[in-house]
Amino acid sequence: MADNRPAASIEAVESGLAAQGYIASRQIATAVYLSREIEKPILVEGPAGVGKTELAKAIAAWRGMKMIRLQCYEGLDEAKALYEWKYAKQLLYTQILKDKLGEVLGGAQTLHQALDQLHTFGDVFFSKEFVEPRPLLQALEQPAGCVLLIDEIDKSDAEFESLLLEILSDFQVTIPELGTVSAIAPPTVILTSNSERDLGDALKRRCLHLHIGFPEQKLEERIVESRVPGISQALRRQMVGFIHEIRTLDLKKLPSVSETIDWARVLVLLQATELDHEIVKDTLNVLLKYEADIEAAQPQLTTFIAKASRQGVFG
Amino acid sequence: MRENLHRFLRAARGAGVRVSPAESIDAMRAVSKVGFEDRGVLRDTFLLTLAKSQDEKRALGECFDLFFSQPEPAQDTKPDESKSDDTDSSAGSDSSNDASSGDQAQNLGPLAQMLLSQDRNAIAAAIANASGAASLSNIRYFTQRGIFSGRILDAMGIQRLRDDLDNLTATNPALAERLQAAVDGLRGTVRDTVSQALLLYGREETENLRNEILRNAPLARIEPRQVEQMRALIRQIARRLRERYSKPRKRQRRGHLDVRRTLRRNAAWGGVPFLTAWKRKHRDRPKIVALCDVSGSVARVSDFFLLLIHSLHEVVDDVRSFAFSGHLIEVSDILEDKSPEAAMAEIMSKVGFGSSDYGNSLADFEKGWMDTITPQTTVIVLGDARSNNLDPRADILRRIAERSKRLVWLNPEGRMTWGFGDSEMPRYATFCSVVRQCATAQQLERAVSDIVATYQ
Repeated sequence: MADNRPAASIEAVESGLAAQGYIASRQIATAVYLSREIEKPILVEGPAGVGKTELAKAIAAWRGMKMIRLQCYEGLDEAKALYEWKYAKQLLYTQILKDKLGEVLGGAQTLHQALDQLHTFGDVFFSKEFVEPRPLLQALEQPAGCVLLIDEIDKSDAEFESLLLEILSDFQVTIPELGTVSAIAPPTVILTSNSERDLGDALKRRCLHLHIGFPEQKLEERIVESRVPGISQALRRQMVGFIHEIRTLDLKKLPSVSETIDWARVLVLLQATELDHEIVKDTLNVLLKYEADIEAAQPQLTTFIAKASRQGVFG
Repeated sequence: MRENLHRFLRAARGAGVRVSPAESIDAMRAVSKVGFEDRGVLRDTFLLTLAKSQDEKRALGECFDLFFSQPEPAQDTKPDESKSDDTDSSAGSDSSNDASSGDQAQNLGPLAQMLLSQDRNAIAAAIANASGAASLSNIRYFTQRGIFSGRILDAMGIQRLRDDLDNLTATNPALAERLQAAVDGLRGTVRDTVSQALLLYGREETENLRNEILRNAPLARIEPRQVEQMRALIRQIARRLRERYSKPRKRQRRGHLDVRRTLRRNAAWGGVPFLTAWKRKHRDRPKIVALCDVSGSVARVSDFFLLLIHSLHEVVDDVRSFAFSGHLIEVSDILEDKSPEAAMAEIMSKVGFGSSDYGNSLADFEKGWMDTITPQTTVIVLGDARSNNLDPRADILRRIAERSKRLVWLNPEGRMTWGFGDSEMPRYATFCSVVRQCATAQQLERAVSDIVATYQ
């Protein structure tokens, strides 16, 4: 990023991500650029399978940073996300150091003196050595910075959100026994959400809000091109056109980008040269994950294929 | 430019996007990084920093497009001016006319000169300045359009222009005509500017006003075009009630030791209390049985009531709804499965629009579903209690009241009319815990809020 002009930097982000096989729209690239410039986390929302998690991976690969992932689930708490004391190690050390302690305190005549001497050693057992860092703390301790992916934040409890607020706004956490741990290099934080529940305003306020929807046809073709290089251009155009037609239906789960890529792979594997009714019918279960959806799409297949192949010729 | 950004943030608030000071600071920082060159990038930047949901993104995007599509001031004045110019020069063969007009122009006010010279940019700038002076961004209601247009024109010096126009009419009619045309064009442009400002800054306020009116309008008499708005309002009310009542149920009273359970739990350690057990206060989950009259004028109120009660999932998950006019059916499943419009249409096709028979409907309920009522249940009856002089069967209502926790009667009619004509309200009211009028969205909200609150 030698060029400091913003437009050029945003393009640099775009091409950098493209080199990792992630075709980003301009809005995504702007978000990634801004998150670095004004040091803010990105909250990515969107339907499943549009590449929210992939975005974090691509950024990490592009910048050559480590990626630390925290998968959220119901009941996730401080001890699993932030840090935990190594109780067993503490216990073991007290056992081993018993004699040593005896020596150190040997000179003391009374219990009071022994206590005073002990105090001068400080909190040996509540120090950095005995902290087991969990993903959030690990992310702060990376000297070269890292990409911290907090995946599916909407699956966690509302209380967990509040825990994140400090780390998101100031890149620091407070451990009561140790004090505040600040990030050595501010990590790039990506939060993803499937909008299963509404996130709190406090969390949203601290993030750049990026919504990734289904991509436009042109963009999706480029994504397929980069992910499944073996597919011919005509078939690619046809199949993406077909999927866009499918997405106009009222289905339980619309096929997203990951399904498109899977389907492209399947078509390549079956050595299909163009879409026909037979092959679509046989492979529809790659695209649609519910029996009811497949049934709903069934009667429309012929018209969709016809539309898509027309696009393949003229589009 | 900073001034422009501030105005944009106000416009964004007007569009219903909640922008806190912290967010505006973030947006400013982000904008200072990306610069103003690329409007697309600027738009994306605002969408990323200010909007917090997809709805907000849409609203903000529209707002951005509107804000940065500058009103093009001289656009509509230019063609007819050039036309009049053409006719002037072609018809007026004597060049003295032009020369004299040039002389005359020296004596005119700045606004008249600007208009005559057709300097579009200058006019646009003048309008922008005058809008600032008239604090156009304070516009809130459409009724203020006239006053703001007047203020802007005043600030631009319309007074002087009028004098100029009077003088010119006497001395140089041709020039006066041209000026008059230009002034008309200017008025149009100012009007457009004000309308656009209203669209930008006034939307939220207008919406609030409309909602306020809608909230207090009798549900039974709203017009069909307002039904959609009313549904939106009901959803908003449902969201508010959810937020208010879904949280506190989690709260359990702690602090009192449950001695019996503690001892039992620690029996293994010889009664030494390693594990403690605390007293918990169990709260009843709201259970609601709703009986809704869907005949005639009550139908629409029932429609909104059912919509409200069924969008309160987080707060009341146990709702059984029944609809009746001549007879009674259960409609819970229909309401769960279908969109509000489709569900209401189906309910109507099954029982709706008959003449109501409360006695028969209550008998149907007693026969089929009396066992749905437990001592935790609140029974809500929504109806006007006009039973067409048929047997009201108040005895069944008494039995319902005895079985249930509370019996609430919501009547869309005003208290004045209860008991007159075929209204059986006084007779039913004796068995009800609460009887209240429920004709507007606001009364509906209060009624439902009170019912849910008894379970907290």
